[in-house]
Amino acid sequence: MDYLLLQMLNGVQLGLLMFLLAAGLTLTFGIMDLVNLAHGSLYMMGAYIAWTTISWTDSFVMGALLALPIIFVLGLVVEAVVARRLYARNHLDQVLATFGLILFFNELVRVIWGPAGKSIAVPAFLNRTVEILPGVPYPAYRFAIIVVGAAVAILLAWLVARTRIGMLIRAGASNRRMIGALGVNIELLFSLVFGLGAVFAGLAGLMAAPITSVKIGMGDDILILAFVIIVIGGIGSIKGAFIAAMVVGQIDIVGRAFLPDLLKTFLSASAASSAAPAISQVLVYIVMAGVLVWRPTGLFGQRT
Amino acid sequence: MSTPLLSTDRLVKRFGGLLATDNVSIDVVPGEIHALIGPNGAGKTTLVGQLTGNIAPDSGTIRFAGQDVTRLPTHKRVHLGLARSFQITSVLREFTALENVALAVQAHAGHSFRFLADARNDEGLRGPARRGLEEVGLGQRANTLASALSHGEQRQLEIAMALAGDPSLLLLDEPMAGMGAEESQRMIGFLRALKSKRAMLLIEHDMDAVFQLADRITVLVYGRAIASGTPAEIRANQDVRHAYLGDDGMVA
Amino acid sequence: MIAALRTPRGLITALILLALAVLPLLTQAFDQRYLLSIGTRIVIWSIAAVSLNMILGYGGLVSFGHAVFFGIGGYAVGILSAHGVSSGWIQWPVALIAATLWAALIGALSLRTRGLYFIMITLAFAQLVYYVGGGLEAYGADDGLNISRSRFPGLIDLRDKASFYWLCFVALCGTLWFCSRFANSRFGYVIRGAKSNDLRMTALGFPVFRYRLVAFTLSGTFGGLAGILLANEGAYISPAMMSWVKSGDLIVIVVLGGMGTLFGPLYGTIAFFVLEESLPHLLDLMRKGWGEYWQIVFGPLLILVALYARGGIDSLLGRRS
Repeated sequence: MDYLLLQMLNGVQLGLLMFLLAAGLTLTFGIMDLVNLAHGSLYMMGAYIAWTTISWTDSFVMGALLALPIIFVLGLVVEAVVARRLYARNHLDQVLATFGLILFFNELVRVIWGPAGKSIAVPAFLNRTVEILPGVPYPAYRFAIIVVGAAVAILLAWLVARTRIGMLIRAGASNRRMIGALGVNIELLFSLVFGLGAVFAGLAGLMAAPITSVKIGMGDDILILAFVIIVIGGIGSIKGAFIAAMVVGQIDIVGRAFLPDLLKTFLSASAASSAAPAISQVLVYIVMAGVLVWRPTGLFGQRT
Repeated sequence: MSTPLLSTDRLVKRFGGLLATDNVSIDVVPGEIHALIGPNGAGKTTLVGQLTGNIAPDSGTIRFAGQDVTRLPTHKRVHLGLARSFQITSVLREFTALENVALAVQAHAGHSFRFLADARNDEGLRGPARRGLEEVGLGQRANTLASALSHGEQRQLEIAMALAGDPSLLLLDEPMAGMGAEESQRMIGFLRALKSKRAMLLIEHDMDAVFQLADRITVLVYGRAIASGTPAEIRANQDVRHAYLGDDGMVA
Repeated sequence: MIAALRTPRGLITALILLALAVLPLLTQAFDQRYLLSIGTRIVIWSIAAVSLNMILGYGGLVSFGHAVFFGIGGYAVGILSAHGVSSGWIQWPVALIAATLWAALIGALSLRTRGLYFIMITLAFAQLVYYVGGGLEAYGADDGLNISRSRFPGLIDLRDKASFYWLCFVALCGTLWFCSRFANSRFGYVIRGAKSNDLRMTALGFPVFRYRLVAFTLSGTFGGLAGILLANEGAYISPAMMSWVKSGDLIVIVVLGGMGTLFGPLYGTIAFFVLEESLPHLLDLMRKGWGEYWQIVFGPLLILVALYARGGIDSLLGRRS
């Protein structure tokens, strides 16, 4: 029972990381109508930049706090140099150009940080366990991710539901022309949203770094998963992205944690251990296909 | 009156809380032009969408050519003889005028699962297409890209495409939209000549055209058909004057 | 035919086809075996690109999972081979049928969606097969599997590099021929019309979904053919054949060459491989060691293509008549 609880917490933690990534993606698509494949590159850049700033400051927290503004600026630069020119283009041009950005960033990382992966240590003060229930220990760092992720999710919910920017974001997601009519500086709004998305992606990358590893292309596969999430949730919907991220997080972790034992009942141990992660990945895609067949614009997407 | 070609019975469509189509029952009999008018937002487009099969009604039925078509997909209704033109000009811009009409002919020439024969020299398609273009007066422009045609010519092309399948009912969604006075007058003449051969449901803002062409007029306001009758009856109708025509003050 | 040679496009295309037709003779004469293997891959990838162009270029359907057909075709051959079925007469039809059926299935599900949803669902289905491939312990899982080449006893020996190349070239010519007929057929007009304005096509009375599904399925069949050849080329299958980056590469190739044009995918494939092979050397010439980082140039090049080169290479060859 405790094991199940721990795995579900891991699922929540993964889901929140995915949500951070998906939130920026769904915002850029909902507001700017941009398919940004390079969003995963910002996740990767977040991890690498944090690796550098952490080694400068010798402190995880300081390094992370330093890395986030840098990623924000990087996001603004990407927006100004490439993304801005793509808003009015069709999806194919966007896919092509941002695919080019992925190649560029993967190679840039190789030039700056070298081909070998990096690792970021779990900060010392979190390198222990916390008792989430009496007698049930849980790694403090993972718990911290849940706390930070949840805080950002709440912040974002507040931002979208209560503030002027949020109002514009909601208006933009449902009617792009309307924000122009409101006399808002659209270019500035777009830059800010893109920069914000970059910060979320970077934050996800640097928080994930101590549990996974920092390597070239780390953003690519997780990007696809983030796309799956926003498609399940309905493109442009923050709420949808959150729910879908939670579902995908649970499927992935529960699949990894419990399938091997289940499979071992009728497969060899080695076959089971190589099939299990594949099956849990496959499950995610089957869920997405099922949702789209049922609702072609996702759970909370706009009907056309 | 003869049996109606198209009829709706208490058609209802809701969008959220908005009743876009409120128990509308209208019909079109063979050989007539039935005009549907109403102020913006009266629900004309929604009604047309349900007739063509692009929008599913919440309740009520649509009968066409003797059968219930309420749940029939668009392409099957087309094959029963229900053709439409679009409010916003909707031709295939990358194709020539001739290719546009040839495609419309092709839609009625059996299935198109033919992969190898060159459709460009297919007289079975190109011949009728050329005649269709002549009929609407675009014979000279056959090999011009649709995107290079003038607005009025594109509207004519629309009609040629709608006529290609020899439909029994034409659904004309603002055929005069954006036309100059002279072009409009030519279109009116053309539609009047066409009337003997096919019935039409005409949605139009140009009241001159409506009163020149229509045998019957139905007035739609807030999704409801508030009046229906001959042009003279509609002119005289107090409700209509209040609800709609009064604002315009143009009913001569 | 002859008149077509007078235009730059016709002449260049003819020269390319001629060069491809005699490539094994050239590489033998100049003793450049490596070039023949690149040439073989160019021809196989061209088949895949032409097949993607049928739906992407002519149909306007941005399928982001076309490399899955490399995988389906390849794995069908590889799995049969691993179980001792080495005859190409069995392997190839099974692989083509598998690719066709899979295309029909994912087409039926994906074509209900539009826009980004379509892009993502095609990608998701490709990922699904990718992970299944990675989970097949019996067939090498992530590491892939060495296989023996298909056998056509008495007809052709695929181990002979030149024979295999020519087989691929014939397959490419067949694919191009089909595509040239398809584009101007009744079916092709429906597919192209639906790209231009699918609402209008429906209003004309075309059941657009059905036609798109058949186009998607056909495209998958030819994609499967490319997969069969690719597996035989390297005598090797692995999930990497169908990674999403490969699907991205295929889109790049079609756009680079010129969407919705017959030979565009061929130009695109050649340009892509030439860039991939030459950019590193070029950068190395500028400064030793730079060649390793060629994608830092290639990436921005793609951005430029997306932003400024609408018609691709095909449009550089002059206006079409």
